[in-house]
Amino acid sequence: MSEVMIDTGNYIAAKAAVLCKPDVVAAYPITPQTTLVEGIAKYLATGEYKGEYICVESEHSAMAACIGASATGVRTFTGTSSHGLLLMHEMLHWASLARLPVIMCNINRVVGPGWNIWADENDSISQRDTGWIQFYCSSNQEIFDTVIQSFKLGEHEKISLPVMISYNAFILSHTSMPVYLTDQKDVDAFLPKRKPKWKLDPDNPITFGNIILPAEYEKVRFDMQKSHEYAKKLIPEISKEWKQRFGRYHGDLLEFYKCDGADYILLSMGAIGAESKVAVDNLRKEGLKVGLARVRCFRPFPREEIQKLSKKAGLIVIDRNISPGMEGALFTEVKASLYGYTDAKVYGFIAGLGGKDVPFGDIEKMCKKVVNSKAKHLEWFGLKGV
Amino acid sequence: MAIKDLPVEECYIPGCAACPGCPATMALRVVYKALGRNTVKIIPACCTAVIESLHPHTSFDIPTMNIAFEAAAAGASGVEAGFRMQGKTDITVVAWAGDGGTYDIGIQALSGALERNTNFIYICYNNEIYSNTGIQRSGATPYGAWTTTTVTGKTEFRKEMGEIIQAHHIPYAAQTCIAYPEDLFKKLQKAKSIHGPKYVEIMAPCPPGWRFPMEKTVEMGTMAVETGAWALYEVENDKVTFNGRSKLILEGKIERKPIEDWIKYQGRFRHLFKPKKDIKRIKAIEDHIDQMWERYRKCYQ
Ligand SMILES: Cc1ncc(C[n+]2csc(CCOP(=O)(O)OP(=O)(O)O)c2C)c(N)n1
Ligand code: SF4
Repeated sequence: MSEVMIDTGNYIAAKAAVLCKPDVVAAYPITPQTTLVEGIAKYLATGEYKGEYICVESEHSAMAACIGASATGVRTFTGTSSHGLLLMHEMLHWASLARLPVIMCNINRVVGPGWNIWADENDSISQRDTGWIQFYCSSNQEIFDTVIQSFKLGEHEKISLPVMISYNAFILSHTSMPVYLTDQKDVDAFLPKRKPKWKLDPDNPITFGNIILPAEYEKVRFDMQKSHEYAKKLIPEISKEWKQRFGRYHGDLLEFYKCDGADYILLSMGAIGAESKVAVDNLRKEGLKVGLARVRCFRPFPREEIQKLSKKAGLIVIDRNISPGMEGALFTEVKASLYGYTDAKVYGFIAGLGGKDVPFGDIEKMCKKVVNSKAKHLEWFGLKGV
Repeated sequence: MAIKDLPVEECYIPGCAACPGCPATMALRVVYKALGRNTVKIIPACCTAVIESLHPHTSFDIPTMNIAFEAAAAGASGVEAGFRMQGKTDITVVAWAGDGGTYDIGIQALSGALERNTNFIYICYNNEIYSNTGIQRSGATPYGAWTTTTVTGKTEFRKEMGEIIQAHHIPYAAQTCIAYPEDLFKKLQKAKSIHGPKYVEIMAPCPPGWRFPMEKTVEMGTMAVETGAWALYEVENDKVTFNGRSKLILEGKIERKPIEDWIKYQGRFRHLFKPKKDIKRIKAIEDHIDQMWERYRKCYQ
């Protein structure tokens, strides 16, 4: 039986990262990410973390330092949140276009003004097109497992892409839960040594990132798209291997929960995804045939699997983000996936912006509105005083 | 040492896309000769990102990584850490940036890397403008100079990057100039031999940016030093030593030449001479340089 650690999402992420033995960690504080880099600093002090710990002067530099280190061929890790992630934006593109598998936790937090440190996914959703693989976790165990899996995924020679592991502010980052750990020797056996696609090496001098003409650049993008498509195959393989080795499984790109025979399937992410399971249990008890497909991986997007779901059931999408002038991002993606494939009904809810709590009772209400044909195409759930 | 004594090996290989008379190219040749092949270079957006040639070709025979405009020093911190973790501590890590990437947008990352004691050499080639984007003002552009964003002449004086760097108390910092390749060579070799953060700034007169004929680059560099607009010095653990002409100027052994001797040959100052001589502004430039030297004398003599 493996060891259990009872701790917050951030300390669990720090533990997972250190087990992966990154050579370089770049650290910069921002609530609610701070305890993650503090956690690694403690491991550095105790000698459990033996790599470089660079205290940069901004998140832009944190990502630049990870890019620089990764370009020498080593393993890198960092963490951020909200404004820190936004400040990194330019370097997020840089990391993915340079095909450097930097692994990073992002603690989903509201974007200001006004200043607000609670959970909201607009920070990472607005980095959707940076080329990063994006996971959204719904428990501390999933954070632990996904961080380790992400190194294997991002560093895989057919992927060579950075991976962002997002989880909600406070609900996970600062909430203690018991987590089964994986032993160092097992992590070592699970993670192969990184084989970089290219690296800075005086014995083989190359110039990386100089001026590139349109026809060549287009190929760079195409190759990136191919790797994202390949990741759709690899993520289930890695999840399966993890399950076989350690008995834990959180789904592939989607996690299905009571979808068999469902008339409606709920799609949600992050902490709302966890809350959705309780809602589904209660709805099922009441005889309502509702299931859950929790979106674990937002990029690459599980288009094909969502198409399959739409053959069996109507879809209900909850977004803790908004693309102003349109709708929730997950809602848009789900509908785009279905275009030309089915004409399944899809309903969208915006909920939990600004860190507003979204308890399972509210999720049940959203689902009942749909089941009872009282739902509009899109609704801001629980919005009052406007 | 004379130019003929510099190593013959070239890491600056054919394929360079610079303007004729480009100071960055002249400097880079010497930089490579001084640092040797076991060097890795990080360059942000600047002219060098263009002159290095088109993908998949290159005009550099040492490993080079391009990085975002403001990120050279932070990227270098990462590169250095990455090599150190692999035990490759003999590689010289160099960030090579223009004055825009140094004085302005990159100053935060630079300051951070110096404070963190990153073991690297940061080289700024200072052509006193953003030339990649077509001659706009930077924090290094001198008072009175025309650029496309200071059409009637810049109304502010440049910042003293040397003093900003010195406030970081790093083991080695130096100012040099493309007109003195031996000085550049020696300073880089010294920088290479010292552990910790090193900063070297190279005065780099740019023909299209300053509006002078391409064969005059070296002369413009010499005059920058002879008029005292630019000083050659080095700072080792807070001890400042002036070199060459600048030493003589500092010690009062020679007079610095009038600034007019330098600026009248540069089209970017033409409006100070035509249609009518702008005595007030020329004097302001002269006074500013005097003040600079007074400060140098007070602090460093
Ligand atoms: C964030 C960002 N802003 C603006 C630019 C556009 N840009 C590219 S190079 C450059 C000027 C570079 O000036 P400098 O550092 O002095 O180098 P030089 O071009 O003179 O060699 C600018 C503004 C950019 N690449 N990135
Ligand atoms: S504009 Fe100036 S610095 Fe840039 S390539 Fe031309 S000469 Fe060199």
